Amino acid sequence: MEKQWFTISVYSENNVGLLNRISGIFLKRHINIESLNVSKSEIDNVSKFTIVVNTTEKWVHNIVGQMEKQIEVIKAFYHTDDETIYQESALFKIDSSLLFDERQIQNIIKDSNSQIVTVSRDFFVLAKSGRRSEIDEMHDQLKPFGIMQFVRSGRIAVSKDQMRITAILEEFQLQ
Amino acid sequence: METVKEKQTETGTKSTIKISGAEAIIHCLLAEGVDLLYGYPGGAIMPVYDELYKFQDRLTHILTRHEQGATHAAQGYARVSGKVGVAMATSGPGATNLVTGLADAQIDSTPMVCITGQVPRHLLGSDAFQETDIIGISTPVTKWNYQITEAHEIPEILAKAFYIARSGRPGPVLIDITKNAQFDEFEFSYTKCKGVRSYVPVPKPNMGAIEAAATLINGAKKPLIVFGQGVIIGEAEEQLKALIEKSGTPAAWTILGLSALDTNHPLNVGMVGMHGNYAPNLLTNECDVLIAIGMRFDDRVTGDLERYAKQAKIIHFDIDPAEINKNVPTDVAVLGDAKATLELMLPLIKENKHEDWHNEFKEKYKLEFDTVIKNDIHPTKEGLTMGEVIEEINVASGRKAVIVTDVGQHQMFACRYAKFNQSKSNITSGGLGTMGFALPAAIGAKMGAMDREVVAIIGDGGYQMTIQELGIIFQHKVPVKIVVLNNNHLGMVRQWQELFFEKRYASTVMTNPDFVKIAEGYHITSKRVSERKDLKNTVQEMLASKDAFFLEVVVEQEDNVFPMIPSGAAVSDVRLK
Repeated sequence: MEKQWFTISVYSENNVGLLNRISGIFLKRHINIESLNVSKSEIDNVSKFTIVVNTTEKWVHNIVGQMEKQIEVIKAFYHTDDETIYQESALFKIDSSLLFDERQIQNIIKDSNSQIVTVSRDFFVLAKSGRRSEIDEMHDQLKPFGIMQFVRSGRIAVSKDQMRITAILEEFQLQ
Repeated sequence: METVKEKQTETGTKSTIKISGAEAIIHCLLAEGVDLLYGYPGGAIMPVYDELYKFQDRLTHILTRHEQGATHAAQGYARVSGKVGVAMATSGPGATNLVTGLADAQIDSTPMVCITGQVPRHLLGSDAFQETDIIGISTPVTKWNYQITEAHEIPEILAKAFYIARSGRPGPVLIDITKNAQFDEFEFSYTKCKGVRSYVPVPKPNMGAIEAAATLINGAKKPLIVFGQGVIIGEAEEQLKALIEKSGTPAAWTILGLSALDTNHPLNVGMVGMHGNYAPNLLTNECDVLIAIGMRFDDRVTGDLERYAKQAKIIHFDIDPAEINKNVPTDVAVLGDAKATLELMLPLIKENKHEDWHNEFKEKYKLEFDTVIKNDIHPTKEGLTMGEVIEEINVASGRKAVIVTDVGQHQMFACRYAKFNQSKSNITSGGLGTMGFALPAAIGAKMGAMDREVVAIIGDGGYQMTIQELGIIFQHKVPVKIVVLNNNHLGMVRQWQELFFEKRYASTVMTNPDFVKIAEGYHITSKRVSERKDLKNTVQEMLASKDAFFLEVVVEQEDNVFPMIPSGAAVSDVRLK
């Protein structure tokens, strides 16, 4: 079976230690986590892990099974890139003088659809959301001018099909 | 603030008084029906031990000689009784000594609650004396774990701990309680946990899957059932037997499934796996429908997965959805509690005999008997064999004993040859293969089934890993029977060295102490047998004894366990010699 990119979405209780349990599932199988994001979800008091891995479907199926087994996990899903809408975010900190000295910088800002978050005497900060490839391209364009700091977030994703969490929680309420 | 202390009611739900966290822990245990626990005191758990002292008329604490012994004793107790075993330890080394038992209970689905003391909350993360991150350490080997840092959390969390440990696919739960939470007082009330919203212990049976399974079974010409511990945990023994008899299907067991079906049942065709019986291993690769019930296709059962039952349709009954398609692709998955799903399927099953197919098992058994079994249990050579010792125990106990085994050759011989007519009678470390398991597990098993004979069968290697637990037998007068099969080797590793490492016996030869004298040092009646003429009488004497009894049997040094599926080979490559 061929390796491919999968986005794993895990709906869970927000408890101390759960991240350790989730990451342990990858550790035990010697699988690297490419990116990880934890946030609140569309449901009150339910957290959502978004994890990207490059592995085979057999393994991702196994991993999701092990995740759902964790007491505090409500439900876990996995999707291929085609089945999700996904983005990453990046911040670029750049020397302010470049904004005035290098005309090309202004073109990069405009063409990349990025936003200037703040400008101070010494530096300005660009924010860019989009696909990994777009962020990488912008990074490559800015690099020759000097990037003071760069950071990129983990992937965040929503699935095209439904993730029926509310129904599971409602069913529990009725029991 | 004035605090009122008085005895709790049986349900322990009185809510108007304030009690300490430590006392609350005792009330939680009582409310969960715990009357026995194993453990070892130390600084960070002392407030709880102080309460145990006050409650000793209602709650018996057994002081083990090492915390690992506490976990295995709790496991033995749980496996024989079906109840949750409880172990307690202090922080730091006390807690880390629980890890082997937790891992064992996790892989063998044993319900256990471990309570550890922890340094006070304000010292967490300061590398205080005997501080260790037991939550971090125990996460991969627990079904659930939680750190309590405030007293008022105790009732809810302990209720949840017992619920999680025993429900669905059981497993170990560790609750770490900081010392301040043991001292602090709060208004106690207790409600048993009835559910956790993110946890579905038992999937609902799907009638469509059950019908599909029944159709496959009814259409099969050569069906084979392989059952595991799920049948015992789910108490589905009667339903399994009914399925076997109605459908005329030969049934084999995994090592943890042993004793779920009478070993003398005509359709019981023996054990599958590396040292299992010849017929069920070989015919796994000839059956047309393989019905797996409450088992997880461990690699020791399947051998090479690429050559495992490829010709067969696979039906997998299991309570744990993560086991479906984990190792073996399944044609029909029947999720749920084995008792419920088998009961729903039984009316759909057509009566059948499959005599020709069953005869194939009988023929293969005869071949195995003539080549292997006869020489194991009725040897003609001079030295004693492990197999004949097990056979003598079968005869003398009338197949009624609980047999607790350790890990290695003696375990394989015991599981191959021990005979049972009652479920929950085979206690062994299956998945983890924990040497040192048997002695403390046998103590726990005896205390969990005082009306039954409990015989521990242990190798000379594993025995010395937890030998200190003889102290419990002496102190608490636990009438457990201990048989050490002494071949002065780490026999199973030696066997592999003989077969696969050209007899280079690296660190497998043991110079042993006088085991009889050691047991006598604990005032346990002890005998050593090294000649065949003394075996029968001494085994009878041991089983007739009302007290604990230690028996060392000096056996052949270089015997091998056969049949054997070499590591990585297919089940059908099973070798008789």
